[in-house]
Amino acid sequence: MSIFETIRFALRGLVANKLRSGLTVLGILIGVGAVILLVAVGNGSAKVIEESIESLGTNTLTISSGGFGRQSSTSTSSTSLTVELATALADQSAAPHVKTVSPVVTSSSLAATYEDTDVTVGSFIGTHPDYATASNFSIKSGAMFTTDDVNDHSKVVVLGSTVAEGLFGTVDPLGQQINVSGKLFTVIGVLAEKGSSGLSDPNDLAIAPLSAVQESLTGYGSLSQILVQAVSADDIDTAQAEVTSILNEKLGVTSTSSSTPYRIMNQAELLETRTSNAKTFTTLLGAVAAISLLVGGIGITNIMMVTVTERTREIGIRKALGAPKRTVLNQFLVEATVLSVIGGLLGVAGAVIGSQFTIMGTKPVIVPSSVLLALGVSVGIGLFFGSYPASRAASLRPIEALRYE
Amino acid sequence: MSAHRANRPVLDVRNAKKIYGSGEATVVALAGVSLTVHRGEYVAIMGSSGSGKSTLMNILGCLDIPTTGRYLLDGVDVSKLNDRQLALVRNRRIGFVFQSFNLIPRTTALANVELPMAYAGVRSAERKRRAHAALDLVGLADRADHEPNQLSGGQQQRVAVARALVTAPALVLADEPTGNLDTQSTADVLAVLDSLNQSGRTIVLITHEDDVAMHAKRVIRLVDGKIVSDQRNGHLAASRSAMLRDAYSTAVYR
Ligand SMILES: Nc1ncnc2c1ncn2[C@@H]1O[C@H](COP(=O)(O)OP(=O)(O)OP(=O)(O)O)[C@@H](O)[C@H]1O
Ligand SMILES: [Mg+2]
Repeated sequence: MSIFETIRFALRGLVANKLRSGLTVLGILIGVGAVILLVAVGNGSAKVIEESIESLGTNTLTISSGGFGRQSSTSTSSTSLTVELATALADQSAAPHVKTVSPVVTSSSLAATYEDTDVTVGSFIGTHPDYATASNFSIKSGAMFTTDDVNDHSKVVVLGSTVAEGLFGTVDPLGQQINVSGKLFTVIGVLAEKGSSGLSDPNDLAIAPLSAVQESLTGYGSLSQILVQAVSADDIDTAQAEVTSILNEKLGVTSTSSSTPYRIMNQAELLETRTSNAKTFTTLLGAVAAISLLVGGIGITNIMMVTVTERTREIGIRKALGAPKRTVLNQFLVEATVLSVIGGLLGVAGAVIGSQFTIMGTKPVIVPSSVLLALGVSVGIGLFFGSYPASRAASLRPIEALRYE
Repeated sequence: MSAHRANRPVLDVRNAKKIYGSGEATVVALAGVSLTVHRGEYVAIMGSSGSGKSTLMNILGCLDIPTTGRYLLDGVDVSKLNDRQLALVRNRRIGFVFQSFNLIPRTTALANVELPMAYAGVRSAERKRRAHAALDLVGLADRADHEPNQLSGGQQQRVAVARALVTAPALVLADEPTGNLDTQSTADVLAVLDSLNQSGRTIVLITHEDDVAMHAKRVIRLVDGKIVSDQRNGHLAASRSAMLRDAYSTAVYR
């Protein structure tokens, strides 16, 4: 029998058993679709984390005072970070791999008012102009304050997009004055929005000259943080070593000290941790997906097995009428291929459509290898369980096949 | 055709035994059957239920093999044939009517009848034409597009007969082909078999009915898997058969 004829026979067989064909296609569809979509969700969330951490800048070191209370609501807790220390770190000869150093004081949850509107600013930061670039902020409108502003104790402020929107809505904030804890600051710039790296909103901040913030809000205590920017992401470790040795020297830490009064947080390390967390998440979703593929596979197997009796009888009849084993096998192989491929492709189509929506708060990003894997496995299962019982039945004598129960 | 070939039997069963099961549950379905059938013969096999008729027929149709003993079809030992050769023999030489019809479910009568021709490589249009003709012959022209579960038992049986005849095989093996049929349909089917026999084809049929057996020129009786009698119908019977056939034909083509 020609291959064309065999395909026609197979298609006729599929149409003759609509329910079974439909269920098989459905099983494969669900298996393939679930795997691709779940992996895509995992991958999507990993991508978001990666992007947002990268947006923080991977070439920065954050130095904070030792102990674990460093993120307390006031910046004046017992720390030993000072502006002098920051100046020392900026010394090009001692630390050639450090590009900029920004001393930082932070006031959390400050109330800011413009006319009748008031908002709570997540963090009100006093620092040097380099802070914006070091933490990967760019200016959307207006300008960053200058070193002169710092020297002059100018009460000017650059708002994060969340704060700007909250206070001004559609009004142009530039040149307006806002009241922060009774002190007036003039808005000179607005920062461009930055992607979120997790729970907190990175755009809920305001940046002002260090001197002005110390003078009017936090007092001249120690710094909350020093943000150090390395020359490049590759130099981050060298920069960290340089910074460490300067800090140890200035703060009198000896090699025998059991602890240091400061902590250095490396953005690159943070990125790694977060990314590996995201990978774990993806793996977990992948495992769930694999289970659904397995369940889908068992479903397919089940349907195929249930029909073995009937199909075995059919094979017996076909053989009695003079079908050679090869012809029977080809027919069943084509049937199984058609079902698996249709199911697989529908599954991929379903996953592609599903990935257009936001699932569990993330936009899924399809991983090409998961498509191949899911298709491969389900088509493999479909082919095997479609043709294996057939090949067994086709090896029987027609009478044995006809009596099969 | 050489004289030697002409004398050689088409079917040659030599001391065939068929034993099912093992131990205590052993069933001897055939207890040593020897039988030869020559070209153009018309043989009826009779016997009570469970006497081994179907078992013998399945062996004759190359659908099963004897536990011991030999079976030669046209002088060739069937047990020596491979799958492809067996498929060819079943497809080109033999038309088999099953006792239980064995139509392919959810497939139209027409497609069922077409099937053996498809495996023989007959082109689609030709297949349809011949399948329609065969269904017409058994009086089912108007049921061509019905599926087996939409047909009565007798109609299914006639589809099975049409399927066996459609390839015009040299050997027709029919296991109770009239078992479910009324007189009229029985007459139709027997008329077809008779005319096939008259055109030189070999026919073996199983039946419980003496009337049907009368159409055959030879009647073999089985009891408990053994042949107990092997008679040729006399001239009288043969002419009676012809007379009956004429009567049926008149009835059919009236
Ligand atoms: N697959 C099998 N396994 C075990 N025993 C079997 C099998 N097939 C047939 N038999 C037994 O072999 C014997 C002969 O069976 P067979 O089908 O040849 O009878 P039969 O003469 O065709 O009967 P009927 O007129 O009822 O069709 C019976 O006793 C039956 O029980
Ligand atoms: Mg029987």
